Amino acid sequence: MQATSDEVLIGRIANGDRLAMQVLFARHHVRVYRFVVRLVRNESTAEDLISEVFLDVWRQAGRFEGRSAVTTWLLSIARFKALSTLRRRPEDELDEETAGAIEDPSDDPEVALEKKDKSAIIRKCLTGLSAEHREIIDLVYYHEKSVEEVAEIVGIPENTVKTRMFYARKKLAELLKAAGIERGWP
Amino acid sequence: MNMLNKEPERFDIEALLPWHAAGTLSRRDADRVEQALASDRELQRRYALVREEFAETIHLNESLGAPSSRAMEKLFAAIDAEEARAPRRRASFDLAGRISEFLASFTPRTLAWSATAAAVAIVVQAAVITAVVVKDRGAPSTYGVANKSQHVDGSFVVVSFVPQATVAEITKFLGAHKATVVEAPTRTPLGGYRIKLSDTKLPDDEVTRITKQMQDESKIVSFIALQP
Repeated sequence: MQATSDEVLIGRIANGDRLAMQVLFARHHVRVYRFVVRLVRNESTAEDLISEVFLDVWRQAGRFEGRSAVTTWLLSIARFKALSTLRRRPEDELDEETAGAIEDPSDDPEVALEKKDKSAIIRKCLTGLSAEHREIIDLVYYHEKSVEEVAEIVGIPENTVKTRMFYARKKLAELLKAAGIERGWP
Repeated sequence: MNMLNKEPERFDIEALLPWHAAGTLSRRDADRVEQALASDRELQRRYALVREEFAETIHLNESLGAPSSRAMEKLFAAIDAEEARAPRRRASFDLAGRISEFLASFTPRTLAWSATAAAVAIVVQAAVITAVVVKDRGAPSTYGVANKSQHVDGSFVVVSFVPQATVAEITKFLGAHKATVVEAPTRTPLGGYRIKLSDTKLPDDEVTRITKQMQDESKIVSFIALQP
């Protein structure tokens, strides 16, 4: 039997169905959390924000028109809340140098470097990108969003999406080069 | 075609490589990329770099872990508080919609529509007959939809499901017991779903037997209360 679609769940949530809310939360909260935590760089803040994201879904489900996928809607709300939080607390927004100093949680970058672990270095450099570049790379590669969907979530034209992705990858290549990995591109 | 003419086209194609790796291009664009990759070794090399970034981005995100249960607790505490302050005005219980959804999961959409139409016709017919019978018995002549919880025959119980129960599990549970949801938790005093076990009034021992059988499925049921 196929799972109930997100759109059907939203319809039930609009009617006050808490069970549907639980199913939607269970289905998407981890990915939304990861998207937010990559933007705000604070797990506790990210947890608070995903509660707020899904509370907005509870409140606004009746106004969801189904023009985009539910996940696109969720990520749009999450992005707005994450950026609002960063704006409210600008001291928490990290510049690229500070960001570059943040450890990759999946591995110790120093050790990885000693071991010439290319994968770990790429991940380390991915964490060192600016919020704008991290965001677009995550949306395309991890959240599997199309050009059109990224444009909707970020609120930019589709051609700008492609250009921004190109420059995000270019910046990644520069960070990799600085870390000793020459890829011969761009 | 010389390289000068080829470069802008290559740039266009190259810009699509991240989406090609993620499988999110339209069929038309995916075909364009595939054709270009088939004959361009440099583009193939660059696509390998994209796939490397793609894999590491997934690895990085998957290593971020998951939020604690605090996030869900906080969400539902906020929903409870909001509902306590200003209960949401819900649309009337959409039984026809539920029937349609249920059938749609098994049958083609056309059948679901037909079944829904038939179900609605039966409900309307029942309402008309009820109105005629009530009128014939000298009841007040004001017309109103019968309160289903008071006037519809059958056997009912109120069931509450555990928070972890998925919609698929609940649907399967209802199907296994040939039961249908007739009332949402918000309308039942116990806060559970009112479900119909049978269209006719079953003997008490039969209802008790079915209830016990349901309770044994403790994986998704938290409580069952008999309804007179």
